[in-house]
Amino acid sequence: MSSLTSIQRLRSSASAQRRFSIGVRLIIAIILIVFSLFPILWVISASFNPTGSLATQTLIPKNAGLGNYRELLNSGEIPFWTWFGNSIKISTITSVIALAITTAAAYAFSRFRFRGRQTMLKGILLINAFPALLALVATFLMISQFGDISPIIGLNSHVSLVLVYLGTAMGINIWLMKGFLDTIPREIDEAARVEGASDWQIFVQLILPLLRPILIVIGILNYITTYGEFVLARVLLKTTEQFTLMVGLQIFTQAQFQQRWGVFAAGALIGALPIMIIYLALQDQIVGGLTQGAVKG
Amino acid sequence: MTSATSQESRKVEAPASLPVLPRLINLLILIAIDACVIWFLGRLVSLGYYPLAAAILIIVIFVNVVLLLRPARPIRWMVVGLALMGLFVIYPIFFTVWVSSTNYGEGHLITKEQATAQILRLKYLPEAGRAYSWTAFKSPDGDYALWLVDADGNGYLALPGEPLTQPQPGEAGIGELDNKGIPETIQGYQKLNAILAARDKNLTEIQFGEAGRTVQVRSPSEAAELLSLYIYDPDRDAMISQETGIVYQNIRGVFTSPNGTQLRPGFIESVSFTNFRDFFISPALRGPLVRIILWNFAFAFFSLLFNFSLGLAIAILFNDKFFPFKKLIRSLLIIPYTIPALITILIWRGMLNPELGVFDRMFESLFGWAPPWFTDQWWAKIAILIVNLWLSYPYFMLVCSGALQSISEDYYAAAQVDGASRWQQFRNITLPLLMVAVGPLLVASFTFNFNNFNLIFLFNAGNPPMAGTPTPAGHTDILISYVYNLAFTGSRGVNYGFASAITIVIFLIVSVITLFQFRFTNMWEEVGENV
Repeated sequence: MSSLTSIQRLRSSASAQRRFSIGVRLIIAIILIVFSLFPILWVISASFNPTGSLATQTLIPKNAGLGNYRELLNSGEIPFWTWFGNSIKISTITSVIALAITTAAAYAFSRFRFRGRQTMLKGILLINAFPALLALVATFLMISQFGDISPIIGLNSHVSLVLVYLGTAMGINIWLMKGFLDTIPREIDEAARVEGASDWQIFVQLILPLLRPILIVIGILNYITTYGEFVLARVLLKTTEQFTLMVGLQIFTQAQFQQRWGVFAAGALIGALPIMIIYLALQDQIVGGLTQGAVKG
Repeated sequence: MTSATSQESRKVEAPASLPVLPRLINLLILIAIDACVIWFLGRLVSLGYYPLAAAILIIVIFVNVVLLLRPARPIRWMVVGLALMGLFVIYPIFFTVWVSSTNYGEGHLITKEQATAQILRLKYLPEAGRAYSWTAFKSPDGDYALWLVDADGNGYLALPGEPLTQPQPGEAGIGELDNKGIPETIQGYQKLNAILAARDKNLTEIQFGEAGRTVQVRSPSEAAELLSLYIYDPDRDAMISQETGIVYQNIRGVFTSPNGTQLRPGFIESVSFTNFRDFFISPALRGPLVRIILWNFAFAFFSLLFNFSLGLAIAILFNDKFFPFKKLIRSLLIIPYTIPALITILIWRGMLNPELGVFDRMFESLFGWAPPWFTDQWWAKIAILIVNLWLSYPYFMLVCSGALQSISEDYYAAAQVDGASRWQQFRNITLPLLMVAVGPLLVASFTFNFNNFNLIFLFNAGNPPMAGTPTPAGHTDILISYVYNLAFTGSRGVNYGFASAITIVIFLIVSVITLFQFRFTNMWEEVGENV
């Protein structure tokens, strides 16, 4: 009898302890969430603050209104939609082409056996370990030299910006992709090859559909990195209507940052929204990619 | 590179060979691309961009070899990526090495040939030179002709690039002369009246007459025969003024007279290791550079320490399958990470704004004092670490919780049987196993933060500034933002040469870290592993 009650007492004390521990952890979670969300709530509030300046802002704005959004989107002084469109265009084109380059290269590394294969793969990884940022001066000078021959690939051109982004397409992602390809049994290819399928047919019709999960992760991480890239775009793009959203927002904050805080907040929110949605919707897949070594810029 | 449709038709051939027609088409496309590239190379060479031309030539030869030779077939799958990598990653590295050995920068932006050509184009009016009064004529195509009358009243016809002639009325399309000796008409040209001609900006640019004896419009009333002001003496590598006889010697990429007068423009010239020597031993630079380097390492180290610790702590706290609202909490906590870094950095800049920002107003009302986030170097450094913490802890939270879940429960069960405490379990099981998974990511993150230009540049651009430095430098500047200032925003002139030298030093630091990463993690083994 007594042993039973002592077990019960132990049980109930264990569950009380557990409830206590969960309670403490929930409180910690709430503190952390406040730390995480406060800046965002603050920006949301700023974007609805009718006076729009940094000094007059309170967490719950008085006379909240859409004035800042109207000024941002309709004033004509800030080509917000042009910047937004440029960013979407550049990120989409870059991530699609980069994905094609990465996948084809990783396929070759995974499926063909050729001399120097390992050396090449290591070499590619090592070269891309250098931050592209470091060659900024050289890249800038090279693009301005290109521009002397044809402005299409010179400074202030989206084509040259995309090309520069693509230079680093074959980085760590090849490694991720090859790892995934290696898990697809080669018997599949060999069976198809016996049937007379070419390498290209095997790649397009058999392998690509199997790669879908990793294609999505790498494509999206690439998209997010390109969308948020700032330095190269800032150095290579010169005129307002060519800016990407990140460059535009940064330039905007250089002048009258304090007075026009509200307009900036509105722009920041609209600009951040697409990426936030992608992240939250696909967080499980993205986390998988991050754990294997992808780094967001 | 291989076209999909051309291969679709083929079913039974050996995998390596294409039917003749598609192969021919592929070959023609390659030839067309090569032709474009050769034209492009020609233009590069004519502009004097030899390093770039050499790089493109090497890449094109590589691409052709890969596409034409059969043993290189697997490389065809990656040839586009390799070509782009060669041009936009590898070439800039080599170019940076080259620039670091030159004085490339403000006042030294063009090649020696270009600068010499510009200086040799300068003209002067010699004492004994001939001056003329002039009348301008213009053809419908925009060509100009001058009718010159010298002091003795002789008339000359001057066309660009041709020797002066002395035609009589009736010859060479010349009409009747008026009372000043000027023809009424010249065939194919229209006379410009004096006001129009004086306002025509093209006219003063054109050199009339044959090379070496050119006549140029100098004023509304006078055109004069001009001579070259400088002659280049290749033996002495010097410019000699024809007007004064002064010798301008080439000193570090600019022609300089004995009393220090410089002929602009200067040009790019090798300075061998001067930039590196400046980096390591120049006393004026050493002060700021040592502080920048120390802060650079401290910033990367503390960022990693704080971000990883917080991320790991959260991951451990909520590593519990049955924790309520687990998914919701995670979604809310990763929100800082989902916003593009640029936007969050700028938001924090606004929130920490002195006087007006929310934190300063809060501090003011609570304590009557607010930390000077932007004006005091230590508070600025703390602010940067806080912002970076907010930006990056969700990343470590995500990777750590992923890694924690992959640690088998059996280890902990066994440890409990042996009576290990919570701390011992963490110290001897969790941490070592976690490090295997996230170790490489920690090194990568250190490298990333070591060059975290965005944060420094966007948050406070390296401010507050250090006092008395020869080039602009701030207390929160890291090497890469210091390089950016040197190369792109130098108030005392851009200096690509020195900026590149520092870049190479950063290269070396980063590559040591990277090799360390590869050496002490299992990356190589995984790469080499066959299926």
